[in-house]
Amino acid sequence: MAIDNETVKRIAFLSRLKIDEDKIDNAKIEFNNILNWIEQLNEVNTDNVEPLEAVNEFNLPLREDNVTAGNQREAVLFNAPDAEYGYFVVPKVVE
Amino acid sequence: MSDLTKLTLAQALSGLKNKKFSATELTQAFLDEMSENRHLNAYVLETPEIALHQAKVSDEKYAQGSPAPLQGIPMGIKDLFCTKGIRTTACSHILDGFIPQYESTVTQKLLDAGVSILGKLNLDEFAMGGSNETSYFGPVVNPWKANNSDANLVAGGSSGGSAAAVAAHMCLAATGTDTGGSIRQPAAFCGVTGIKPTYGRCSRYGIIAFASSLDQAGPIAQDVRDCAILLKTMCGHDEKDSTSAKMEVPDFESFLTGDIRGLKIGIPSEYRPEGLNKETAGCWDKGIEILKTRGAEIVNISLPHTKYALATYYILAPAEASSNLARYDGIRYGLRVGGNHLDELYINTRSEGFGQEVKRRIMIGTYVLSAGYYDAYYLKAQKVRRLIRQDFLDAFEKCDVILTPTSPVDAFPIGDKSMQENPINMWLNDVFTVSISLAGLPAISVPAGLSQRGLPLGLQVIGRAFDEGTVLKTAHVLENDVKFVRK
Repeated sequence: MAIDNETVKRIAFLSRLKIDEDKIDNAKIEFNNILNWIEQLNEVNTDNVEPLEAVNEFNLPLREDNVTAGNQREAVLFNAPDAEYGYFVVPKVVE
Repeated sequence: MSDLTKLTLAQALSGLKNKKFSATELTQAFLDEMSENRHLNAYVLETPEIALHQAKVSDEKYAQGSPAPLQGIPMGIKDLFCTKGIRTTACSHILDGFIPQYESTVTQKLLDAGVSILGKLNLDEFAMGGSNETSYFGPVVNPWKANNSDANLVAGGSSGGSAAAVAAHMCLAATGTDTGGSIRQPAAFCGVTGIKPTYGRCSRYGIIAFASSLDQAGPIAQDVRDCAILLKTMCGHDEKDSTSAKMEVPDFESFLTGDIRGLKIGIPSEYRPEGLNKETAGCWDKGIEILKTRGAEIVNISLPHTKYALATYYILAPAEASSNLARYDGIRYGLRVGGNHLDELYINTRSEGFGQEVKRRIMIGTYVLSAGYYDAYYLKAQKVRRLIRQDFLDAFEKCDVILTPTSPVDAFPIGDKSMQENPINMWLNDVFTVSISLAGLPAISVPAGLSQRGLPLGLQVIGRAFDEGTVLKTAHVLENDVKFVRK
């Protein structure tokens, strides 16, 4: 499943990462090397094998649906690179 | 060097209890050692005021006769653990200036037990790496040098700062985290002891996430006993991490009886591939001989899917990472690089904030999770993961613990060309550690000898899920009979 320059660009955008035009070829080669190596898994017969999502397969616990922490605006905004009037600041998203 | 920094944690606790020295003297000795060894780049932040304040509190507790279990023990904390009010970066540019407003559960437990925090320790960026060279703060230098050489060697990774700091006596012990070998491999490279407990033993709350189904905290320390003591404090169920196990935490130290008669030690044939270097194989053989002499029974076992573990890991870990690292958006914390619209702000921030290895893994992870490829890669890897775990379940029908080398090689030079040019060459160093992570099992690395170049080699003891006790017991016997001379 060799991937091309367009795919590299698409994956970069999905990852919200920028790749300079002159580095795309290298990124593609590296990507394909890694994918070729990964594809050794095709040798393994996994018919009738259930995927393992988590090693501790015991049931995850439920708790009462209560507020456990709240009124923490100051703490939540403490590390914001830009905050005003008690909110995070983002670029304009609605025209 | 002050003698106080040469103590083990157990010896230091006894010295404090018997008023041989104060917590303040002990802490100061480590702070002095840290300033002597800044060239190793093990700490990315030193917190002397905090450490000395905590030491003063400890001295009061001893004076009142009410010390907590680890009262006055100076520790380094891997900079992946959120520490309230203390800068935490995961050694990434993207977390520039991040000051957590909460404490990770593991560090809270250590603080409650009375430790002093000397500072935050270097690691590979977001714990992604096996040599500590991907850190935004630069590589950690291994305190060990090869015979007749001044070349700087890697400390291993990702917990390279933790292992180097313990080896160079810049802390009594350190916290580490292990996703594919990140406690065990640096411990082996630096000639110290580190244990990754069973997945679910320690709460992951407040540990900056890399791959959530694999990440697990554990101690790196001077010896097996110190690891056992620390593990007891670090483990336990936590409401804030639903994957943390509701299991009784045993007194791990009580397992260190020295008696392994009748214990069955599994030796997996797949870990001795053709071309395994002679020193690593020799060190392993010596370990087998020791356990046999002490009355354990050696059992040959097979873990047939071992060769597929790395490829499985390098699908699953990046997939989880790409999802976990989506939170770094330049809006809520850390670095922000402006843009004209929201996507541009995300892209500019993430492109500048993440290093090359992290970007590589985010892209791989995004690809294997993307529409059309999910089944072929991600789901396939999850199925192979089950087979890898089943290998271990089958093996543990025949044996109680498994003994292997920790790493196929000893510490390599910083900037090694073959690994810089091809990331897969770096990833191959994890070949003996990743399967255990995929299976969620406990494993320890103990220093077990020196290579011809005079560098530490580690042996790994792997146990059944939640059977850290037998792992520690076996490792303790090895440690005792190997007589490794620490730095």
